[in-house]
Amino acid sequence: MLGMQSANTPWLSKSNNRYAAGVVFFVIVCSIFALSMDPRFLYLLVYAWFGVVYGLLLQYGRFCMASAVRDLFAVKVPRMAVGMMIAVALYSVVATVVTLAGFSTFHPNALGWHIMIGGAIFGFGIVFTGGCASGSLYKAGEGNMSSMLVILAISFSQAIVVSASGWWDSMVPQSWVSSAAAKDMPSELSVTQGWFDIFTAGYVWDLKGTTTAELLGMGGTASGAVFANAFLTAILPVAVILLLLYKFYFRKGYVRRTGKTAMSMKDELAGLWAMCTSSKNTAIAGIGLGIFAGLHMYVTGALRDYYGILNFGDLLTAMGYQSGLSIQDTVFDPGYWYITTQEAQWGGWVLHQLGVENMGNIYFGLENGLPNPLLNAPGFMSIGIILGASVMALTRGEFKWKKPSVESAIFAVVGGTLMGIGARIGMGCNIGAFFATVTNGDPSGWIYLLGMVIGSYVGVKVFAWWMDWSAARNQSECAL
Amino acid sequence: MAMTFNKIGDGEWKLNVCGYTCPHPQMYTKKALQKMEGGDVLILEFDNPSSGESILAMCEAEGNDLFDKQDLGGSFSWKIRKA
Repeated sequence: MLGMQSANTPWLSKSNNRYAAGVVFFVIVCSIFALSMDPRFLYLLVYAWFGVVYGLLLQYGRFCMASAVRDLFAVKVPRMAVGMMIAVALYSVVATVVTLAGFSTFHPNALGWHIMIGGAIFGFGIVFTGGCASGSLYKAGEGNMSSMLVILAISFSQAIVVSASGWWDSMVPQSWVSSAAAKDMPSELSVTQGWFDIFTAGYVWDLKGTTTAELLGMGGTASGAVFANAFLTAILPVAVILLLLYKFYFRKGYVRRTGKTAMSMKDELAGLWAMCTSSKNTAIAGIGLGIFAGLHMYVTGALRDYYGILNFGDLLTAMGYQSGLSIQDTVFDPGYWYITTQEAQWGGWVLHQLGVENMGNIYFGLENGLPNPLLNAPGFMSIGIILGASVMALTRGEFKWKKPSVESAIFAVVGGTLMGIGARIGMGCNIGAFFATVTNGDPSGWIYLLGMVIGSYVGVKVFAWWMDWSAARNQSECAL
Repeated sequence: MAMTFNKIGDGEWKLNVCGYTCPHPQMYTKKALQKMEGGDVLILEFDNPSSGESILAMCEAEGNDLFDKQDLGGSFSWKIRKA
């Protein structure tokens, strides 16, 4: 059987393993090269190295948050939803330790209807792309060209959406234009032109983002971090969701498999445990991702402390790289696992090189900058995910260049575009707007998840309709 | 390559969803199993590893017997007997 090897065969004798070793060697050589140019590139490399670890774990656990919500409705499988909840619980514990140590880099998202609407558009899109934002990255590392199309679509749709003007501006209410105009912004930013600028300055900036600890008057305290942020915002909702998943998606099959006619409390707990460990790969990936996502925040926070900076833009300036910085001399630098904004920057940078003027808006011009991709620290996290996943896929014999069917390619571009639009309206993807928020005490992530669930539910219905319609067109004896 | 679903023998069916990413393989597998009779065998060919995890869980939940798993180096051939 291919994909297996005897214990006596040298590991490097398999071509796949040699390619995997080559990818690792490439990462090491590039890291040494960057550090030899300037040791302060360590800050950027930390993103890249954590990206590699995320990629290894994501591919190992086939960990894709799209399937967490989609597969519940599509095939009634809770595997990934369980894995995601395990990761949320663990990340929240590590994030609490990081917060208590004073190295948290987290900022809560502004809470408003846009979170749910963005989540719904994103959730609808992921049904058609076959992966969430990070899922598409790890699948690209498996050689999946459809996922590469998704990444391109997410990148360019975001870049276009945040700098679009003209008829787009008619989509936003006049009250937002007035509110945006009242903000005292630098003249190079025309905040009353461009629908996303008006949306940001006239709506989002008027909202408040907060953590549960601050809501309960426990902000800045240890009990607030532990009880309000970790327990109330992450662990308790995770426990409730796991119980619901068990009751509605796992228990029936478990009872049938055990052959029991009556379930005691001990049996129910054994069933819950069986659900959490039914896919060991997913559970292990969930544990690993939870821990490393927290560690990432710690290491970046410690490095900021070491270099005496608040943002990578400060370090880039000190190193002599000023091109592509925002007017605040900053670049996008979340300090934790994030996916979509750096992809928007890739798309925006390419458009900028092609002559599109897109530094006069809030998203790129004021907040995130448009750095060269070779200086885009979070961008290297995304590249790291692709490389890490390719290493894992190669060693497991699962790497294969996969050309998409025409249908998959169209779905990838359309779905990826919707994911990009949803991510910008909702202030992030399932990682930045959900995973990183609820684990740091920001309840807005649960609103985003609710939107994702609604969008995915509708998406699955539309997808099932599409399958039936396709089958009806192909009325052969064996058509599905 | 387009999805194919054929009856290849008495009580034996073949579904090929290579080239498709999630959720196509698991949803097509679900539909294929719905079309088959109890005891029929489905030979499933796919190349999206994460779909395999969902199909495995789906078989477990519905009691279908996944009795053969062939790893073909980047793609997979599984045999499922419908309960």
